[in-house]
Amino acid sequence: MLNVKILGSGCANCKRLEKNVRALAEKHNLQLEIEKVTDYAEIMKWPILSTPGLVVNNRLVSAGKIPSDQQLLEWLNPA
Amino acid sequence: MDQTLSTQHKPEIPWRMIGLLVLAAIAWLAAYNIIQPLANWIAYGLLAQPQGSHLGDALAFFFYDVPKIILLLGGMIFLISLLRTFFSAEQTRAWLGGKREGVGNVLAAMLGIVTPFCSCSAVPLFIGFVESGIPLGVTFSFLIAAPTINEVAVVLLFGLFGWKVAGIYIASGLIISIIAGVVIGRLKMERYVEDFVWQMQSQGEGLTEKLTFQERIERSWDSVKEIVGKVWLYVVVGIAVGAGIHGYVPDAALAGIMGRQEWWSVPAAVLVGIPLYSNAAGVIPIVSALMEKGASLGTVLAFMMSVVGLSLPETIILRRVLKPQLIAVFIGVIAVAIIITGYLFNWIM
Repeated sequence: MLNVKILGSGCANCKRLEKNVRALAEKHNLQLEIEKVTDYAEIMKWPILSTPGLVVNNRLVSAGKIPSDQQLLEWLNPA
Repeated sequence: MDQTLSTQHKPEIPWRMIGLLVLAAIAWLAAYNIIQPLANWIAYGLLAQPQGSHLGDALAFFFYDVPKIILLLGGMIFLISLLRTFFSAEQTRAWLGGKREGVGNVLAAMLGIVTPFCSCSAVPLFIGFVESGIPLGVTFSFLIAAPTINEVAVVLLFGLFGWKVAGIYIASGLIISIIAGVVIGRLKMERYVEDFVWQMQSQGEGLTEKLTFQERIERSWDSVKEIVGKVWLYVVVGIAVGAGIHGYVPDAALAGIMGRQEWWSVPAAVLVGIPLYSNAAGVIPIVSALMEKGASLGTVLAFMMSVVGLSLPETIILRRVLKPQLIAVFIGVIAVAIIITGYLFNWIM
C-alpha cells in the first residue's frame, strides 16, 4: 500500500489536491494510505517553499501546484 | 520531477499550440475592438436611453468597462503567468542566497513581482528563506512585494487609469518593499521570529522542474481560468458601483474629502484599506470613478496599496512564524511607507 502525504495548512489548493487524489483512488481502485500534514513544523521537514506538497512513499514528488490527474496516476499507480 | 523525462527526447515544434495561440490573439483583438460600439448600441439603442442622460451614461460605462476589464485580465494574466513559469520560489531563493542587505532588498522586491506566489505559501516560503540564511529584512522585502504588486491590481490600474498610473503603482510598491525590508533588517528583529523556525532543518533536495513549451502554455491558461473565475464577480459589482458614481455623483464632489487639501485623507484611506481584502478587483473600479470626481491620486494609491498589500489573511498566516511584536512592526512599517508614498504623489502630481 502506498503512503501518500498531502502537505498543506488547509489552503484551497491543498483541499483540491486531496480531493483529486481521493477521487483517483476510488476511480482506479488504488490502495492508498492518505495522510494530511497540516503542522508547519512537520511540513517544513520537506524541502518545499510552496504548498501543497505531495509525498508518495516518503519521496517528495510535487510542490506548489496541483498536478494533472494523468501525472498523479503515474505516481500513485506505478504498476 | 518526471517532467524531465518528457523533455529528454527531442522537443518537437508545437505547431498546433502556436496556431491556437495566434487564433486566440486575433479573437482577443477583434473582441477588444467591438466592445465600445457594442456598449453604446446596448445602452442607447437596445435599452433606448438618451445619450447624455444619467442612466444612459452609467449603462454605457458599465457595458464597456466590464468586457474591457475581463478581456484585459484574461490577456494580461496569461502573459504574466507565462513569464512566471520561468521563475520559481526555489530559483529566487538561490538568487537571493549570499546577497547582502541593500542589494538583496532591491533584488528581493523585484523578484517578488515575477515569482509565482500565493499568500497561503507565505509560511513555507518564509521558513525556507530564513533557513537558507537569507537575511530577515531581505525576506521581508520579498514577502511585501509579492502580494502588494498584485497582477490583478496592475491590470485593473492599466485598464482604468492607463499605463502611467500602473507604472507608478509598481514603482511605489517596489520602493515600499525595499524600504520596509531595510528598516525591519536594521531593527534586528530576529528574536521575534517564532523559535521553531530557527530549529527547522529540511531534508534533501528541493524539486526543480523543466517545463516544455506546451506545459507553460497550459499552466498559464489554468491560472487565467483560476484568477478570472475568482475575481470576475468583484469586477462586475465594482464597475456597477463605479458606473453609478460616474453617472450620478456630481463632478468634484469628493475633492473636499479625498482631495489633496486634507492632510488626514491619506492616513484615513490607509486605515480603511487595511481590513479590506481580495476586493482589490472590486475596489479599483470604484476608486477610478472616485478619482474622476476629485479624489487625488496619492490618496487613491495609498488606499489601494493598503487594500492589496496589507492584507489581514496574510498577516494571520504569518502570525504562525512571527511573534506579535514583529507582526506589529510589519504592519506599522508598511502602513507608514504607504502613507509617505501617498503624500509624495499628492505632492508631485
